[in-house]
Amino acid sequence: MNFELIYNNFFIIITGLDETLKLVIISLSLGFFISIPFALARVSSIKSLSVSIYCYVFVIRGTPLLVQIYLIYYGLGTIEYVRESFLWIVLRDPFYCGILALVLNTVAYTTEIFRGGIQSVTKGQVESCKSLGMGRIAMYRKIILPCAFRQALPGYGNEMILMVKSTSLVSLITIMEMTGLAKNIMYKNYAPVEAFLAAGSIYLFINFLVVQFIKFLEWKYNPHLRINV
Amino acid sequence: MLRFDLLIFGDAGWGDELLISSLMTILVSLSAMGLGVFIAIFVTWAKISNNILLKILANFYTTVIRGIPELLVIYLIFFGGSSSIMYVAKIFGYYGYIELNAFTMGTISIGLISAAYSTEVFRGAYNTINKGQAEAAKSLGLSKLYIFLKVLAPQILKHALPGLGNVWQITLKDTALISVTGLVEIMRQSRIASNVSHSPLTFFLSAALLYLILTTFSSKIFNKLEDYSNRNNLTAL
Repeated sequence: MNFELIYNNFFIIITGLDETLKLVIISLSLGFFISIPFALARVSSIKSLSVSIYCYVFVIRGTPLLVQIYLIYYGLGTIEYVRESFLWIVLRDPFYCGILALVLNTVAYTTEIFRGGIQSVTKGQVESCKSLGMGRIAMYRKIILPCAFRQALPGYGNEMILMVKSTSLVSLITIMEMTGLAKNIMYKNYAPVEAFLAAGSIYLFINFLVVQFIKFLEWKYNPHLRINV
Repeated sequence: MLRFDLLIFGDAGWGDELLISSLMTILVSLSAMGLGVFIAIFVTWAKISNNILLKILANFYTTVIRGIPELLVIYLIFFGGSSSIMYVAKIFGYYGYIELNAFTMGTISIGLISAAYSTEVFRGAYNTINKGQAEAAKSLGLSKLYIFLKVLAPQILKHALPGLGNVWQITLKDTALISVTGLVEIMRQSRIASNVSHSPLTFFLSAALLYLILTTFSSKIFNKLEDYSNRNNLTAL
């Protein structure tokens, strides 16, 4: 093993870090805010709303992310209607295609996680809210959603890690983020282990930070579980 | 645009090619899952052993594999697999040229990934089993192997089944990534077909549909297996 090569590779690959982080942050934050109404629609009593969200989640979770990325990047452009509409300005760019695929993907998984959280809120809590005379919006905003989020945190943490890993797939549609750069290095100097170690260590570090962030959130939102000294 | 005429069987369409590639996806998923479970048994054993070094190694393996992108692991095996096999062969005195085919590389890389997930499933299942059972078996004078095979393994398998179902779904979807190594499975085939016919929408939608059928069908099988494994459970009703 060549340590100098790892060191050099590290500084080449880290130039793709901003691209990776951009993808992660944009798709996770968009996904988070879209998932909340989706999860509420999924548990709502309006049958057609709930079923259509279920179908969307079923299709996205049943197919590989790579298919979704290729469908959006190669497939959408062949539809004339899309090419002529204003959407084409966005979908021309592989970066936005990647973002679109990642958001579609994470929304499906996050919706399911949040649904589990919302359904874990006990009936007694809802009844207490009603007996206090709270309106529906206040009940959701102050009681149900915070409790649901707390329950969903461990699952959402897993989803965040999966998203960090998923961003590597957009290297297949010409976006040069860290995995794309690592692959180029493997092609060029045929030292795969050194490139793998350099890129892998950065990914591991990002995921380590994500885990710490989730641990902090769990600590913050579960004050009743803290051990008071 | 969508062109259904491209999906017919025979020389004029890609229907038969897609069908064969689906079989390849199933084959590579099954062998990767098998390899994964096989590796996972040993890694789980290392994780629950009392040997500190084995424990650290096993934890390192599962943390690294679960923390880095699958594509990176596949590239590592794709670019480095043959040379590392030849390196090992040299130690044993074989100096010839060895090249791994795409199927082997795919199986190894996806198997290594799925092993890390299966390990966590097995470890969780092992933890649910009451310690008293192994002790009771020991006090009856059963040998270690016998305790594992007749007392622990059946229960671990039962508790691990739902988790293994999830790992199977992940494995099945991960096989789409080994299309980058040139193995002609669903993803690669639809890529080739869409390049030739300039109709990406048709073929990627067919690919999505094929994956959807595979995942739905296999989750049905796992549900059946779970029902079978729970047939002796005492329930309240």
